[in-house]
Amino acid sequence: MIEVDTLSVRFGRTEAVKSVSFRVARGESFGLVGESGSGKSTILRVLSGLNQNWTGRMSIDGQLLAPLRSKAFHQRVQMVFQDPYGSLHPRQTVDRLLSEPLLVHRMDNIERRIMRALNEVVLPASVRFRYPHQLSGGQRQRVAIARALMPEPHVLLLDEPTSALDVSVQAEVLNLLADLQQARGLTYVLVSHNLAVVAHVCGRIGVMQGGELVELLSADNLRAGRTRHPHTASLRELSIELEEPETTSAAPRAS
Amino acid sequence: MLVEIKNLRIQFPTTTGLSEAVRNVSLTLGQEKLGIVGESGSGKSLTARSLLRLLPSNAIVTANKLTFDGIDVLRADERTLRRIRGARAGLILQDPKFSLNPVMTAGAQIAEAWRVHRGGSRKLAEQAAIDLLAQVQIRDPQRVARAYPHELSGGMGQRVMIAMMLAPDPELLIADEPTSALDATVQAEILRLIEDLVSRRGMGLILISHDLPLVSHFCDRVMVMYAGRVVEELAAAALTRARHPYTRGLLECLPALSHRQTRLPVMQRDPSWLEA
Repeated sequence: MIEVDTLSVRFGRTEAVKSVSFRVARGESFGLVGESGSGKSTILRVLSGLNQNWTGRMSIDGQLLAPLRSKAFHQRVQMVFQDPYGSLHPRQTVDRLLSEPLLVHRMDNIERRIMRALNEVVLPASVRFRYPHQLSGGQRQRVAIARALMPEPHVLLLDEPTSALDVSVQAEVLNLLADLQQARGLTYVLVSHNLAVVAHVCGRIGVMQGGELVELLSADNLRAGRTRHPHTASLRELSIELEEPETTSAAPRAS
Repeated sequence: MLVEIKNLRIQFPTTTGLSEAVRNVSLTLGQEKLGIVGESGSGKSLTARSLLRLLPSNAIVTANKLTFDGIDVLRADERTLRRIRGARAGLILQDPKFSLNPVMTAGAQIAEAWRVHRGGSRKLAEQAAIDLLAQVQIRDPQRVARAYPHELSGGMGQRVMIAMMLAPDPELLIADEPTSALDATVQAEILRLIEDLVSRRGMGLILISHDLPLVSHFCDRVMVMYAGRVVEELAAAALTRARHPYTRGLLECLPALSHRQTRLPVMQRDPSWLEA
């Protein structure tokens, strides 16, 4: 479904992504983890066509991707960003936000599709004529997901979709993403620095460090500690240590 | 006691009457590390900021007692408050990108904080800034002192913020989601640094966060807030024995790396949590 082969991205003299290759099967969830600056978001932006300076080969659905993407591409591949407040137009109502992708892609039945989308992301019909600032953070992220779903894409690129949300809202959004994947057979590429979130959503995970993909492993192997690269092991150790509530008085001294 | 709050209430006028943001919150704090945990809108930041009287101008604040080292914060004049704000109680905010001055070097900002609160020559302040940068474990303090905020990473920026807050040698540090904008590794480093500095200097700490397990590693005591109320207060080490369903919900709805869940439990909010 998605094939990335020796992808490299440069920003001036820095090499942000160094010859990264991976494949994602149809209906699969693939996760990219790493620290800030490891290049994980850059890969997602290149995939979505937001960054046009790259070398290597990428294909989706067997079609090679050129730096400039067609309208048909954007119908198939959509992206959800970290901060819904930054990614939704503040002066547009939810109705307008959701109908725009339909107008761009000349799709019919706008009324029905909007109601269906709101229903799918479990938002009440009453939010339809509200503005983003009148919604809570979790509701806004649901609107962002609904908008990404409007053109009926096959692939959803998710860039830290829950990092700006409260933990209780994060649980709801993660459950929603699981439901949507099941209902629509979507393929996900999820980027996050939170290992627990990535392991929860994705079956296979790529670990990034300094622009390189240092390890590819299954979520089960990550959970069980069957890691090969020391960076994966240290990320895992820290994550496990901090997710358990404190039971002794000593502060963690990992990594 | 460094901080004493009794029955703090913070209200905001709205078109439909008064909305209650903080309801009857009481707390005392000495030289210890207190975590305040809750979701957005739970009143955790307002509670902490009321200590510095840094609230929106339309906030209506009442309390039977709101003191910082015996000073009545509610009745203090601006001059008195200025001797608390920054000087005796420092505030670290979430994102250093927005709280640092973008057109001043890191060193100049720290030196400014030093001179405002302690006086002394420019030269002395500059030296102090480099000292402070070294104290927040920056490897090359001279270089960082000359750098502008946009040249620093998020973690580095937050260290600069902390260095600035330490300049006047405060007795209390309020850290409001100090690491939410940082990734997991840097988050742990910064929290460890804060904990270390607070312990070594014998300061009080109020650490505000929405991540309950994380906070428990760096605090002695945790206060859980929901809709403006304190629903539970317990020792950080006793978190696994939390009784309130909201506290339990906050712990359970997190995905875990150590074990697999097919579906995450979703918080079932009980209207009775609002009565207390």
